[in-house]
Amino acid sequence: MKTANEIAQKLKETYSSYILDVSAQRERRVWVEVDPKYFRESFESFVLKEGFSILSTISGLDLKDKFQVIYHMSSEDGVVLSIKVNAERENPSVPTITDLFPAAELSERELEDLLGINVTGLIQGRRYPLPDNWPKGQYPLRKDWNISMLDKKTEKETDGGKNE
Amino acid sequence: MSKKVVIPIGPQHPALKEPASFDVTLKGERVADILVKVGYNHRGIEKACEERTFLQSVYLVERVCGICSHSHSTCFIQAIEELANLKIPPRAAYIRSLIGELERIHSHLLWLGVAAHEIGFDTLLMYSWRDREIVMDLLALLTGNRVNYAVNVIGGVRKDVSEEEKDQILKAVDILEERTKYYVQVATEEVTLIERLSKVGYISHEDALKYGAVGPTGRASGIKRDIRKDDPYAAYGEVDFEVITDDHCDVYGRAVVRVKELMQSYSIIRQLLKKLPQGPLSVVAPRLIPAGEAVSRYEAPRGEDIHFVKSNGTDKPERVKLRAPTLANVQSVAKMLEDGYLADVPIVIAAIDPCFSCTDRMIVAVNNVSTAKEDRMDWKTLREFSIDWYKKNRGVDFTKLKKLDK
Repeated sequence: MKTANEIAQKLKETYSSYILDVSAQRERRVWVEVDPKYFRESFESFVLKEGFSILSTISGLDLKDKFQVIYHMSSEDGVVLSIKVNAERENPSVPTITDLFPAAELSERELEDLLGINVTGLIQGRRYPLPDNWPKGQYPLRKDWNISMLDKKTEKETDGGKNE
Repeated sequence: MSKKVVIPIGPQHPALKEPASFDVTLKGERVADILVKVGYNHRGIEKACEERTFLQSVYLVERVCGICSHSHSTCFIQAIEELANLKIPPRAAYIRSLIGELERIHSHLLWLGVAAHEIGFDTLLMYSWRDREIVMDLLALLTGNRVNYAVNVIGGVRKDVSEEEKDQILKAVDILEERTKYYVQVATEEVTLIERLSKVGYISHEDALKYGAVGPTGRASGIKRDIRKDDPYAAYGEVDFEVITDDHCDVYGRAVVRVKELMQSYSIIRQLLKKLPQGPLSVVAPRLIPAGEAVSRYEAPRGEDIHFVKSNGTDKPERVKLRAPTLANVQSVAKMLEDGYLADVPIVIAAIDPCFSCTDRMIVAVNNVSTAKEDRMDWKTLREFSIDWYKKNRGVDFTKLKKLDK
């Protein structure tokens, strides 16, 4: 089993043109930030060549001036590689990884629903996790969103089961 | 060519314990296609955590799920402790693992009952849930609660395990082990059970890998992954146990894996109690958590639970991301149901031991925001309201109960 430092060192040497930053946080935790332009190339290499073939989850973050998506990948020997990629504030988008990991679908829909990050190449399907009548353009996990911004019309339509 | 029929199962359905929607397209008796929709239990927990302090969030995260509450709270606290650079005392690590294994036992016994019920084997349901009470009583004894044990604090645990409690745990584990041996026998020898569950909900090793199945669901398709072994946390690095796998790839395999995992849990508990180190229970945690990011993993009864926590140096988290095991398994279910019989749908869904509360987390009670005031009732008003409601809507008169109240 390679240590986190060895992995970080190897990624740094092999993929220097794709990588903006790499660090070994502790045993079994490596973080890497990749250039959005080379996201797919680097992601595929990490998965297919470096053995980070298990997708744990995808986290989306609102960093106020931009968005960030983190792909938490793990290897068979328990090392977690978190791959960060940034997206612009206006019209944020990241490419889909569902061609490699069909299971990423729900996590990618979460990015679309909760943060309004467009996932290009994701097939049409039912939204997750917000209700179907959730108003357009309201993304609850964005930092500038709060509950008072919720369209009152939605409340009326659902009415919370009060008309029993 | 037979006609295709679409049957909506859920969001509210007698066969489901929690809301989820499965639109099943049938061709004759067989499932031709299935559309899964989850999200009905979305309660806004991730957003709510951002507005609360780390300590308050611990209580909130513990309530993501009622069955594996310790899993979520431990996973979350591990991330905070990593950010704050806290090293918990060894005794606390052992107690966390101990409660974690007791939780796994109660969860697997619960599953065994639910699965037995789904296939009409209600005797097994009664047996396993009766035995589950033993472990529920233990949890109540050790923590004061049957669910939401709240035994974790940032920096350790809040309650010790005394010598008498140790004895009681060992005695209970002996009884449970004896009972579980019987369940292993049922699972491996009882013909009706084997026939009913074999080849049902089949997912090949390759497909399970492709769809990212975790926990017993993945292990029953030969995926030898267990966070307790691969990425040891709490005291798991210091105990010896086996990762149970099976190559049946069907519901039967999932049952065998869970029953055998129970036996491993008993062994782990005995080892933990034998080695339980002396020492303090917790270290002092800072109120402000240093800025940084941490990923924490935990092997919940249903599989890998992963939390991502980002701190900005204040007392509130910047971002909390939770991914419960059911979310990872939900896509495998669609695959398992393909070409199966409609009658097998409930047991196949039950076989991943789904927990949609965990999966969905999020959004607060949006609908009642503007009318929150009038919706609040005290106990007496609520009792009267329900008595009137039943009288008016169902024609049942509970007025006598009203008198009993006084």
